[in-house]
This record gives sequence, structure tokens and C-alpha cells, in this order.
Amino acid sequence: MPIELKNVSYTYMPKTPFERTALSDVSLTIREGSLTALAGHTGSGKSTLVQLLSGLLHPSSGAVLVDGADLSAKGKEAKTARRKVGMVFQYPEHQLFEETVAADIAFGPRNQELPPEEIERRVRAAMEFVELDYETYKDRSPFQLSGGQKRRVAIAGVLALEPKYLILDEPAAGLDPRLRASILRRIRRLHREKKLTIVFVSHDMADIACLADRVVFLHDGRVLLDAPPREAFFAKQEITAAGLAPPESVSLLMKLQAAGLAVDAAAFSAEEAAAHIQKALTARRKGGGRPC
Amino acid sequence: MLTDITIGQYFPGTSFLHRLDPRVKIVLLFALIVAIFAFDTPGAYAALTGLTLCLAAASTVPMTLLFKSVRPLWWLLAFTFLMHLGGTPGEVIARVWIFDLTWEGLVKGLFLCLRLVLLILLSSLLTFTTSPLMLTDALERLLRPLRCFGVPAHELAMMMTIALRFVPTLIEETDKIMKAQQARGADFTSGNFFRRLYSLTPILVPLFISAFRRADELAMAMEARCYRGGNGRTRMKEMKIGRPDYAATIFVVLFLATLGALKWSGI
Ligand SMILES: Nc1ncnc2c1ncn2[C@@H]1O[C@H](COP(=O)(O)OP(=O)(O)OP(=O)(O)O)[C@@H](O)[C@H]1O
Ligand SMILES: [Mg+2]
Repeated sequence: MPIELKNVSYTYMPKTPFERTALSDVSLTIREGSLTALAGHTGSGKSTLVQLLSGLLHPSSGAVLVDGADLSAKGKEAKTARRKVGMVFQYPEHQLFEETVAADIAFGPRNQELPPEEIERRVRAAMEFVELDYETYKDRSPFQLSGGQKRRVAIAGVLALEPKYLILDEPAAGLDPRLRASILRRIRRLHREKKLTIVFVSHDMADIACLADRVVFLHDGRVLLDAPPREAFFAKQEITAAGLAPPESVSLLMKLQAAGLAVDAAAFSAEEAAAHIQKALTARRKGGGRPC
Repeated sequence: MLTDITIGQYFPGTSFLHRLDPRVKIVLLFALIVAIFAFDTPGAYAALTGLTLCLAAASTVPMTLLFKSVRPLWWLLAFTFLMHLGGTPGEVIARVWIFDLTWEGLVKGLFLCLRLVLLILLSSLLTFTTSPLMLTDALERLLRPLRCFGVPAHELAMMMTIALRFVPTLIEETDKIMKAQQARGADFTSGNFFRRLYSLTPILVPLFISAFRRADELAMAMEARCYRGGNGRTRMKEMKIGRPDYAATIFVVLFLATLGALKWSGI
């Protein structure tokens, strides 16, 4: 069963002079097993949308259904539905508070009142997943770790809840390229190995291209485009409106196309782009040097 | 939601009151507050009430917002009223338990409540029409003459500015941390008092850490820009007293003089 948003609108501080509509009339379905990217310029409503998906905000109008249960309803059904969704915030390392790494990761499972052995199992599994050695780090203070390690502890804290749906708000923001790549690699592993349904917010088209099977562009609180990345990157107008740039490789290939080389522009990594260019050049040589 | 709270309660606008010099506004407010307590005839009350309502209308601040600022003091008003109603000797209208409710008490209670409401309305008009930054700037200027008695005017104003600046930031931060912990299943609303207090740890620890981090960063940023206290500092926007300020001052002085003359002549 999917997560469904039905005509969702959200207004911050309604009925005050500071009123601000962050989302208006958004309808979306997040299919089970999908890996959806959410993109858009600053203030387009991405963080608001993901908080609605996880039941931390309730829509001003419309409804958010997780496996058919309305998140803003009261009662048991809504509560279990909310538990199915795990949420990693922007800069999650700011939420760490416990004395030791293990205790912090165990905070979520402890709140679910699981037995101690199960909690330990989950903490171990989560730490292993984010590549923090359990024995080395479990008794360290989270405040003495580096930024990247803190972020991994925070992500482990959400993974320990073993959610069915995982939502990440700019998980790689402010990390160096290596850490960034390793976080993205882990997201993909979660998707492949644990069959999690994942939604992540990102500004980086290359990341979106290599991870997501679907991308949703938001613009001023509305859905501008909802398509697989390979199609989305050629919708130049929408990309520009969303305040993004197509991946470098696509821009380069499009320039070559404009200059008269018959090349396929759908390449999202340097290697792929090189292969496409080579193919186009070989084809041109065989065709007797004719342009196009 | 937590971020729904508006602190500093500044209501941006371009009305006459918004454009007055903040120093003039503070001084005139002070004069009017003294007048509210000094003149206690029904005529003076009527005039002061009329003036307050006119100012409220001129400020373009919605009435609902103004009355919201009175609402938190509802209990104080009710208590004052009842104290006077039951505690003033005079012509008894009714008797409740051991208290004599008197006619004099009723009148006195009502007038006192009116005084308090006027006081609150006038002060909120000041904060509604003056941005917190202007307010602290004005306070600094007004306190400056006291510097020779050792009052650290600049430091006080700077502290107030920084505190005001960071209230919304901290509220936002609290909101974010609360949501993040809620997403991990934290529950702040059930259990007994101690349990609830204990459940605040996951919010307070990260909040304090971030407050200290911010304080540290701010201090560093200020030092990097050569901040060395108030000595010899000039400002980009000098406050200037203009024609509207003179007009307002003259009006208030005449208004108070009339009230004084009426009181003195015994009307
Ligand atoms: N707590 C809040 N109170 C009032 N307005 C808010 C609040 N949070 C967000 N907004 C407003 O709602 C709009 C959408 O904000 P949101 O945080 O969802 O944007 P975003 O797409 O996540 O941006 P970014 O890329 O900067 O994270 C913005 O215009 C913002 O000003
Ligand atoms: Mg955001």
C-alpha cells in the first residue's frame, strides 16, 4: 500500500499577518518500493511536504493516507501508521542528546517499549548499516564525534525504528564529497536490500539521477513536474523554474547536440557521457563525416 | 504549534504612529501613563479613553490583535475588580458570604480596571508600532545621560537586541528539535508531572548545545568585525526628530495641560 496525499494544502500561522501558504493542493502517490526524489528551490515547500508525509504537521485541508490510514486522525490506527514512517531531518545531528552513541540510537526503540535484547539488536544493526563499529563507538559521547559521524549516528537513530517508509530531508547537505557519496550509497543499499520505500529531498541533479526512480519538482507549493529523472532532465523550462540545473553531463551533451553532433544526451555520469560521445563519434566517422 | 507565538509583537505598517521617533514615543507613553494615574475624574477618564481609542484606530493594528494583548491579564483584572467590589466600605448592594458588595466598590473597581486596560493598550501600541530594534536603540539613547552614573547603556541595549533577535530563532529551533524527537517516538504530553519533566531532556540538551554554539559563533562574528563596545560607535541610521514628532509632543503637552487645568479648577 502506498502513501497518498490528497489535495493537501498547508498554511503556516493562519489568520495572522504572518500567514504563509507553503503548499497548495498537492496530490501525490508514493508507491511502495519506490525511491522518490523531491526537488525545488529554497522555500518551495519541500520540508513542509516531508513533514506532512511523516505526520509531524497536519494538513490545513486535504488528507495524508499511509497504507490507507489518515495520519491526522486520532486513535490507534493513525498512531501505528505514523510509526511506519521514519523521518531524518535536515541537519539531524542537532537532535543528538544522550551521553553515549548507543543510548542515543536506542532512544526511538526505547520509546516503542521494546524488550532490551531487541533494542540492542536494532542498535547493532543500525550502527553496522551506517558503518560505525559497535564496540568502538557505542560508549563514545556523540558530541565528541566529527560532523559526518554525528550525522551517521542520527541516521542510525531513525533506522533503529525500522520504518517501512523512510524520508530524508537533504541527507547530504553540508558534507564533503566523499561522505556525500557514502550517504547516498547507503540510501541505495537501504532501498535495494531492505526494500524500504524512500523519499529524499535533494538539490543535486546528479544525485537524483543516480538514485531516484522518480523525481517531483515543487515550485511555490505546487507540483510542477512528476516524472522519471531521465525524462525530467530534458524538461528545461521546469528545471529552471524549480531553480535547479540539469546535471553537468546532460548540459555538455546538449551543447554538443546544438553544435551538430548526433549524441544521446541522457547520460548522468562522466563515464556514461564519455561512452555516448564515443559512440556518436564512431557513428559519424562511419557515416562518412556528415554532420548529423 | 510553537512557532505560532509572536514575540515582540511588532506589527509592520506605515501609520503616523509607526513613523514617530521611537524616543518621542517612549517619552510620551511615559507621560500618558503618569496622567492615567494622576487624573481620576470621570471626565479625565473619558478623555484618556477617547485618546487611546483614537490612537489605536490610527495605528492600523487590528483591534483583535490589540485585545489579544489584554487577554493574558484577564485574571489580574478580574481579581482587582473583585477585591475592590468586596473590600470598599459604603452603600451595600448585596452580601456574599462575609463580603459586603458596595456601590462605591463597584465604581472604584470599574475605574481601576479601566486604568489597567488603558495602560496595557497604550504600552502594546508602543510595541506594536515600533520594531524591537528601534525600541532598544531608543532606550540606549534615552539611557545615555545616565552613563556618568555608571549605567552601561550601550551594553544593556546590545544585550536586549541580541536577546530579542534570538527569541524567534530559539523558538524555531525548539520546534525543530521537538519534531525530530517526536519522529523518534518521544511523547511529551502523557504521564505524571515528573515523567513529563524528564521527557523534556531530549529537547533541552540539544537546545542548550545549539544556544551555546550560536552564542560562541556570534561572539566570534562580532569580534571579527572589530566590535569593541559602544565607545566611539556611530550608526548608519541616525534617529531624527522631525515635524510629526514636534506636533505629537505639543499635542500631548496641551492635552495633559488641559486635564491638569480642569483638575485644578475642580471640575
Ligand atoms: N515554521 C514556519 N513558520 C512560518 N512559515 C514557515 C515555517 N516553515 C516554513 N515556512 C514557510 O513555508 C515555505 C516553505 O518552507 P519549506 O521549509 O517547506 O521550504 P523548503 O523547500 O524546505 O526550503 P529549503 O530548500 O530552504 O529547505 C517558506 O516560504 C517558508 O517561509
Ligand atoms: Mg527544507
